[in-house]
Amino acid sequence: MNAPFVEQKARQTLTIVDCDIHPAHRTPDELLPYLEPHWREHYQTYGVHVRQALSSALMVPRMMAGGMRSDTLPERGGPAGSDLGMLQKQHLDPVNVEFGLLMALSKGGMEERNPAFAAAMSRATNDWQVDRWVRQEPRLRAGIVVPQEFPEAAVAEIERCAGDRRYVQIMISSRPSDPLGHPRYWPIYEAAERAGLPIGLHPVGYNGGHPSTGSGWPTFYLQEHYVFTACMEALATSLIVGGVFERFPNLKFVMVEGGFAWAPALAWRLDGHFEKFRKEVPHLKRRPSEYLREHFWWTTQPIEEPEQSRHLVEIIDWIGWDRLLYSSDYPHWDYDNPSFAFKFPMTEEQRRKIFRDNAFALYRLA
Amino acid sequence: MSRHVACTAAELPPGARKVVEVEGREIALFNVEGRLHALLNRCPHGGAAICAGVITGLAQSDGPGDYRMERRGEFLRCPWHGWEFDMATGQSWCDPRRTKLRNFEVSLEAGADLVRGPYVAERYPVTVEDAYVVVEL
Repeated sequence: MNAPFVEQKARQTLTIVDCDIHPAHRTPDELLPYLEPHWREHYQTYGVHVRQALSSALMVPRMMAGGMRSDTLPERGGPAGSDLGMLQKQHLDPVNVEFGLLMALSKGGMEERNPAFAAAMSRATNDWQVDRWVRQEPRLRAGIVVPQEFPEAAVAEIERCAGDRRYVQIMISSRPSDPLGHPRYWPIYEAAERAGLPIGLHPVGYNGGHPSTGSGWPTFYLQEHYVFTACMEALATSLIVGGVFERFPNLKFVMVEGGFAWAPALAWRLDGHFEKFRKEVPHLKRRPSEYLREHFWWTTQPIEEPEQSRHLVEIIDWIGWDRLLYSSDYPHWDYDNPSFAFKFPMTEEQRRKIFRDNAFALYRLA
Repeated sequence: MSRHVACTAAELPPGARKVVEVEGREIALFNVEGRLHALLNRCPHGGAAICAGVITGLAQSDGPGDYRMERRGEFLRCPWHGWEFDMATGQSWCDPRRTKLRNFEVSLEAGADLVRGPYVAERYPVTVEDAYVVVEL
């Protein structure tokens, strides 16, 4: 049912940066014009081949409307997130978005198993983001999708796009084939550091070929949704302990849609163990928490909702008010409305940092 | 407390829903199998326009493995985060005390009664022949 859409009134005057907006394809063939002729034929003949058993289904069913806000289906047809006019009318305009960062999840190269096709799909997805979205809506910015499991091709794609300021970050699925501290991914980090671009980690619906928990597949979506945080913890730990930030001291990661309230607990545990196991990892020159605080940023959605909001304030005090970035996740069902999601008191300065200034500085927006 | 003519009965037949503005407030009207509901069109949890939600029942269970649907048509599920509200009371199922959707008295009135007043029928022509949905704010 596509119930009547009611326009929201603008409720705030502060302009904001939204660090997580999902653009969708209008039709399954939308990428075809952006693929080279050979790959167009490949796509039509064989289709995609993702790193899981089911190539066009999610491993865990979503609660409703395929995981979308059920009021985001475009009136003129097509899936949620595929209509720029609706994105403008329903989100960018009423909540006063100054810049919106695209997270292109569908059919990029992140999940594709065929190496050369993964590279082609990444190129097509990146050109599509600019052509269909950023060129037509100057408030939007693209993220460079890379064939992350094939670092050489990923580096080539970063080098092709970097320098064009319409791309403000590099995107990697937070469900990679190996923990991201593995040296085989390091060429990507070298290219990211050279390009001066942060790497955004975002969970995709697919699971990279692994069960999404360390003890097997979830039975319920409630379980599956929570493991977004568990995989982020594993990746942060792998990057830190693997020594990535000793090799690449200017590298920056953004944890998108992975929560943030777990960060202090992880840091305390790692620091505690570091004191005992330091000999195992002599390449680490500092305590794990120092890398965590220096090299990671966190988007806010879906924001944790503790019974007592002051608990969240204490956690943000630990992480740092200059490290959180507002994100909406439009058009997904767990959308955070900037006027409603933050149920704790903030000073004007804290509000400005989370909603705008932190993202401006990190992504060098202009 | 004032009573406002929101629309004609014909505009809200069984199965229909409609958003009206009364005294600057967006009110979502529902007719579920003849039962009328008037709810503030803003979810108290995340701010969604709740009129776009799905009308549903309550999934109940006596223990793992048991699953049944009860009270079909009595709950409205928010189009965003899926919070479930009892349409008759506005109370949310998971947090009935703190997270409550504003609901208003709503009734069907004959035009003949309305014409006599004392109801406020601003900017709405009321005729004796028709019936009207009246919301109390």
